[in-house]
Amino acid sequence: MPLKEYVGLSQINGPLVFVENVENIGYNEVVEIIFRDKKRFGQVVQVSKNFAVIQVFEGTEGLNLNETRVKFLGKTLQIKVSEEVLGRTFNGIGRPIDGGAEIVNGVYKDVNGSPINPASRMYPKNFIQTGISAIDGLMTLIRGQKLPIFSGNGLPHNRLAVQITKQAKLKGEESGDFAIVFAAMGIKHDDAQYILSSFEESGAVKNVVTFLNLADDPTIERISTPRVALTAAEYLAFEKDMHVLVILTDMTNYCEALRELSTARGEVPSRKGYPGYLYSDLAAIYERAGMINGKKGSVTQIPILSMPNDDITHPIPDLTGYITEGQIVLSRELQRKGVHPPIGILPSLSRLMKDGIGKGFTRDDHPHVSSQLFAAYSRVQETRALASIIGEEELTNADKKYLKFGEAFEKEFLSQGEEEDRMIEETLDIGWRVLGYLPTSELTRVNEEEIKKRYKAREDVK
Amino acid sequence: MQMNKTIGKVYMINGPVVKAKEMTGVMMHEVVKVGNLKLTGEVISLENDDVTIEVYEETSGLKPGEPVEGTGELLSVILGPGIIKSVYDGIQRPLNVLRNKSGDFLERGVNADALDMSKEWEVEVLVKEGDRVVPGQVVAKVKETASVEHRIMIPPEISGKAADVQKSGKYNLDANLLTVELDNGGKRGVKLYQKWPVRVPRPVKKRLAPSEPLITGQRVIDTFFPISKGGTAAIPGGFGTGKTITQHQLAKWSDADIVVYIGCGERGNEMTEVLEEFPQLRDPRNGQPLMERTVLIANTSNMPVSAREASIYTGVTIAEYFRDMGYHVALMADSTSRWAEALREISGRLEEMPAEEGFPPYLSSRLAEFYERAGKATLLGSVDKVGSISIIGAVSPPGGDFSEPVTTHTKRFIRCFWALDKSLANARHYPSISWLNSYSEYTMELKNWFDENVNPDFANLVKKAMNIFSEDDNLQQIIKLVGEDVLPDDQKLVVRVANILKIGYLQQSAFSDVDAFCELAKQNEMLKLILMYYDRAMVLVSKGVAISEVLNETMINTLMRMKEKIPNDKLNEFEEIEKSLESLFDSLNKKYNQAKEA
Repeated sequence: MPLKEYVGLSQINGPLVFVENVENIGYNEVVEIIFRDKKRFGQVVQVSKNFAVIQVFEGTEGLNLNETRVKFLGKTLQIKVSEEVLGRTFNGIGRPIDGGAEIVNGVYKDVNGSPINPASRMYPKNFIQTGISAIDGLMTLIRGQKLPIFSGNGLPHNRLAVQITKQAKLKGEESGDFAIVFAAMGIKHDDAQYILSSFEESGAVKNVVTFLNLADDPTIERISTPRVALTAAEYLAFEKDMHVLVILTDMTNYCEALRELSTARGEVPSRKGYPGYLYSDLAAIYERAGMINGKKGSVTQIPILSMPNDDITHPIPDLTGYITEGQIVLSRELQRKGVHPPIGILPSLSRLMKDGIGKGFTRDDHPHVSSQLFAAYSRVQETRALASIIGEEELTNADKKYLKFGEAFEKEFLSQGEEEDRMIEETLDIGWRVLGYLPTSELTRVNEEEIKKRYKAREDVK
Repeated sequence: MQMNKTIGKVYMINGPVVKAKEMTGVMMHEVVKVGNLKLTGEVISLENDDVTIEVYEETSGLKPGEPVEGTGELLSVILGPGIIKSVYDGIQRPLNVLRNKSGDFLERGVNADALDMSKEWEVEVLVKEGDRVVPGQVVAKVKETASVEHRIMIPPEISGKAADVQKSGKYNLDANLLTVELDNGGKRGVKLYQKWPVRVPRPVKKRLAPSEPLITGQRVIDTFFPISKGGTAAIPGGFGTGKTITQHQLAKWSDADIVVYIGCGERGNEMTEVLEEFPQLRDPRNGQPLMERTVLIANTSNMPVSAREASIYTGVTIAEYFRDMGYHVALMADSTSRWAEALREISGRLEEMPAEEGFPPYLSSRLAEFYERAGKATLLGSVDKVGSISIIGAVSPPGGDFSEPVTTHTKRFIRCFWALDKSLANARHYPSISWLNSYSEYTMELKNWFDENVNPDFANLVKKAMNIFSEDDNLQQIIKLVGEDVLPDDQKLVVRVANILKIGYLQQSAFSDVDAFCELAKQNEMLKLILMYYDRAMVLVSKGVAISEVLNETMINTLMRMKEKIPNDKLNEFEEIEKSLESLFDSLNKKYNQAKEA
């Protein structure tokens, strides 16, 4: 079929251009927009009998109405993938920007992908040891999970993400054999630089595929960046049997781009001006994590998002939390106290943890210890609130013990160095050590045999 | 009836909403095949020559001018043996079959029969030549799974004389079991399956008042906020509060005959969990795998949003069909908020005028229509049978804020409200159902049943425990300000007993072998013992015995851990606890009396 080319636009509005008197155009079809020999890409977002609305990926700056040529390519947005993508860097629509050649051998894949048939999925159960006590002990990461980091401006989410990728391995495995797909959406040059150079230092660079759409790159390309990245990840996982860890940062920028586009299209907004389909749109990205029956590979996602004004009820973290399998929430309060990593454990959660820990996976006491730590630390918060009103001196003895436990928990269990890689047994032993501040009568979540075997009462050593 | 098949042309595409022209004669809610790929869609509005179609599959690449073909049928489900154990998408396409056809990813335009038409079933025919048959009458039986006897019924609109009745034997779904010579002339064949449009409720003879509970084995629900068979309940909660785990618990342990589980716009892995876990778990009532009574509708969040809208109706129609056989059906919808959002998304694409937060104004009437399909009823048929559908809908309020439209409207149409509490979930108190904000309107209607079947005094125990909770809540406000030490001893006791109830009674681990399911008899014993401790201790405290004397650590520990120690089938072990409790307080009493004399 010959490609159709039209000259002239009828309207330009933000990232959208309108073309009239077109024929036989498909919904979501990709177009080339040519202006004075410079090419950009776009995608048809609405089509009717004789006009089409196109979103232009690289932005509409410098286009005019009469000279711009629009070429319809007759296919949806696709990228070419093969093992050659490992070690390469691409822009948000999958074109190489590292100065290297185009991908030569490979297959074309539609970046929107197709939903995994729920009947084909395999329930993820393999514990990934990240070497970080807060995560391994209390919100365990599972291979094939989607576990986002909810962060805020100025919090060390990038450092945490780097530490996870460096240390992540299956229990019993010597080192990780992950491929990493890194998709940057609207993040600062400095942040991207930090993350990429950390990968390089750890020697993992051969196995990293990078998709960069930095803060000053065209906003509209952010819409396709995670899709392109996940298309590469799915290919590596399900056709090349690799275990792929996908880092998407920063999903907030992605959602902002989506809102911008939606507004330009004149759609009815829902909460805070975000489009009503934000949930479905995010789901189409996050649900591309998982494992498939009969396939060796897996896609594990760690999306990072900054909560606007640290507000966890903002639509972006809120909808994300409803789709992902838990969340790691960073806490400004712990950051101020100098706890690193500052993981606020009470609002954090891993939904897949229950089936990947305990006997045969980590250690038999793991589920109980983690539940006990959560319960006790939650009591610590109440006690601290009380102490701030009536003073520590007035507290009951039991409450004073909780305060001690709380201090020890933050200092010994949560805090650890950026190079410190703890085994899961070590993490659990530290858990028992800090529980030593509490009398056994308070330990209702662990059973009596475990108390006998592992509990040791602890008096404070000044 | 002669159906017209109309063929028209696409002229506008906007996501799942497609407009077509030249389709005169097409019906409202008719199923159409859109484009060269024959994507399945449904007509949602008609205006002159303009037809608006909601397409149940991705529309990428669809072009104006492509054909749209009417099928002459409303969106329907096929009802017959083979439904149990199936996994369907929102428009009843069998996902296992699709997997064999198109691989691990869902491709577009792939269709498959909802039921295996070629499979032969062992059918026992129950009517004779010349018998008079009426709507809903059971005319044959098929052993569908180890747990379910599938009853083949005369479809609702047919009655007359049975003719050409086949003998019992092996038949496939399409075989004509008998022909009905209709009262008003004409003939209709009755097969092993029937079709029913999903948006039309199946008729019953008479609705009945709720009178017996749906036993869930979850203490906080059965004891404090019970739901009746045929009842409706909502589980609202922010993310991470445990909606899905609670729904899974109910699907596993409810004493329903059939469970229909709708994963509506939720996670793919959650459906996988059910698929992997249910065949392994045994129904405590008949020892068969739980999957043998379960139907799954999986329209996960990344599957087309319009099929998500339909999934609720597909599920409830299947539930009604099994109710019509005389079964008690429990339907879980996780989550109704995603369904409401699907309504909103489609409404937005249609450029309808929005009401609250962008939701269409008909949100509340749609919710009402759905929840009203629950209920207990006398069913159509030659003999009176009773069946019920209980609907339990999860609600996912944005930001965990219960004042948003889906939660507030849902509250108007349900009678059990199990509010999940974020701070309980943060403290890993599961199930995180708040004992202060939840309610059940069935308590009074079910009182007689509990009196007769559990303990004539049960309602009093529950009331007493609730009083302790509400007093504890008041005291907690004070404790937050000035600490526990300043409370008088009797109030300290209330706080401590409330704590025993919270940890030892309300908390119930979904992953415990002993405690995941708790029989009503066990609930009764546990509650009795804890409150007995409270009563005895209170007597002493009010006499002036120091609180430290009555807070016996071993006893409290026993009360908190008995849920894990004593399995459902060894309830006599509670007697020992009762004995040691009695002797503890008898000796305390003696000590007190001696002290007083001295």
